[in-house]
Amino acid sequence: MTRARSTLLSPLRSRWLSPVLFLLAWELASRTGLIPAHTLAAPSTVLVTMLQMIRSGELPANLLVSFWRVALGLGIGVSLGVVLGILARLSRRGDALIDPLMQIKRTIPVVALAPLFIVWFGIGETPKVALIAFATLFPVYLNLYNGIRGVDRRLVDAARSFGLDQRQLIVHVILPGALPSLLVGLRYALTISIVMLVIAEQINASAGLGFLVNNARDFMRTDIIVVCLMVYALLGLAADTLIRTVEDRALAWRPKLVEA
Amino acid sequence: MSVAYFPGIAQPAPVVRLRGFSRRFGPNLILDDLDLDIAAGEFVALLGHSGSGKTTLLRTLAGLDRADGQAVTIPSARAVVFQDARLLPWKRVWKNVALGLPGRTARARAEAALAEVGLSHRLDAWPLTLSGGEAQRTALARALVREPQLMLLDEPFAALDALTRLRMHELVLNLWRAHRPSVLIVTHDVDEAIALADRVVVLDKGRILFEERIVAERGSRTASVRDLRRRLLGALGVATQSGSYADTVAGGQPLAEAAE
Ligand SMILES: Nc1ncnc2c1ncn2[C@@H]1O[C@H](COP(=O)(O)OP(=O)(O)O)[C@@H](O)[C@H]1O
Ligand SMILES: [Mg+2]
Repeated sequence: MTRARSTLLSPLRSRWLSPVLFLLAWELASRTGLIPAHTLAAPSTVLVTMLQMIRSGELPANLLVSFWRVALGLGIGVSLGVVLGILARLSRRGDALIDPLMQIKRTIPVVALAPLFIVWFGIGETPKVALIAFATLFPVYLNLYNGIRGVDRRLVDAARSFGLDQRQLIVHVILPGALPSLLVGLRYALTISIVMLVIAEQINASAGLGFLVNNARDFMRTDIIVVCLMVYALLGLAADTLIRTVEDRALAWRPKLVEA
Repeated sequence: MSVAYFPGIAQPAPVVRLRGFSRRFGPNLILDDLDLDIAAGEFVALLGHSGSGKTTLLRTLAGLDRADGQAVTIPSARAVVFQDARLLPWKRVWKNVALGLPGRTARARAEAALAEVGLSHRLDAWPLTLSGGEAQRTALARALVREPQLMLLDEPFAALDALTRLRMHELVLNLWRAHRPSVLIVTHDVDEAIALADRVVVLDKGRILFEERIVAERGSRTASVRDLRRRLLGALGVATQSGSYADTVAGGQPLAEAAE
């Protein structure tokens, strides 16, 4: 029994060990003055700052602003990616029209478009949302496009033999069949959306996480910068959990390789 | 080669009617000037070597391939059962059966059809968890629920073990007796054809090489069709000497009788 317990816990314990040691070392280095506060704040200071920022409402308010930018940008980008992917895959003319443009678009780093977006859309919310939308469109499009190609022709044939029309085919056969690939694209899109959020908010913002970071930089408040880094990390984690949950639900039909 | 079933007796218009039907893939003529009629409620077995064009003919009758303006009459209510059950793995069993059915009664109808094939206990199962026999019974239910005038079965039992296959024969005959669709079953199993069909057609290189109506009752076929079996095997290029294994299998009881 003790043996079972130790084998259960030991890998767990060893995985926590290095981060905890790292934090301790960091804290120690800060306390002894090895790392000055304007280089990097101590973990304890970061924690205190975070609690203050939460209590004052500064962190939640700005987080909400950033969250909406991501949500809106993702919503637009993912919807466009899905629609374009379907159009390109399901009609030859659509393919000829859409796919070359998407391939050209792929060669241009979206970040490089930021100046152009600012010229077009000013410095409000629009260029930020547009940047995120534009960047997340492609992984969704590409993965869906490939996913639809991978849908079993024989299933499509069978469904057609039962008189399903084009719309029903898309809803019941093609999209579900391409869903595993689409989810891969969605995972990329979520990661990219957070990267683009950071970039868009660094360029110019009067609210949001990036605004906090910019301000903190001007006042050399490394504690606030670290708090924001942690929030970015949490956003990424939340996005990952979301996708995992969706995957577990949507792909429940797949036999599990490893039964729990 | 035009076919009259009961010369002298006025027949209702056949459900399926092909006249001089040809189909080519590139330079290859796959179906060559084919005539075929199937009467309402008739059970036809189509035999032929692999590559003789059986599936191509079935796809034409299923309306899956365009007939290119040739003289093809097929009923509007058709249903296909493929060798691989072709269930949508992301839909539960009853939803596969209800696929494309209009209206609120879809679920009830699907459940009734599944009950008929003895799968009431598997309504909510995922298709990938079904056995081969269960998957084919689901496919039968999915065909049946559409109340087809024409049921097309493309080697539906080829992948099943011998015992399951015999049970499926019985099930198919019972369903046919209860609903009386016209049936075309593609098979490469002479005994299956004899056990099930009113009429056996042998396809060879895109032409009908041999065709015979079986008058004996299904229950008492094993002995009386011995000669037909020899001729069918002959048409398929398998010479049988009297008393050889291939000859005696039909003469003895086991397979075909157990199916009745
Ligand atoms: N879509 C297709 N394109 C080209 N050739 C085909 C196609 N479908 C079938 N064929 C050819 O037609 C012939 C008959 O095929 P098929 O009808 O599937 O035979 P069977 O079902 O009797 O085994 C084969 O030689 C096959 O290669
Ligand atoms: Mg075939």
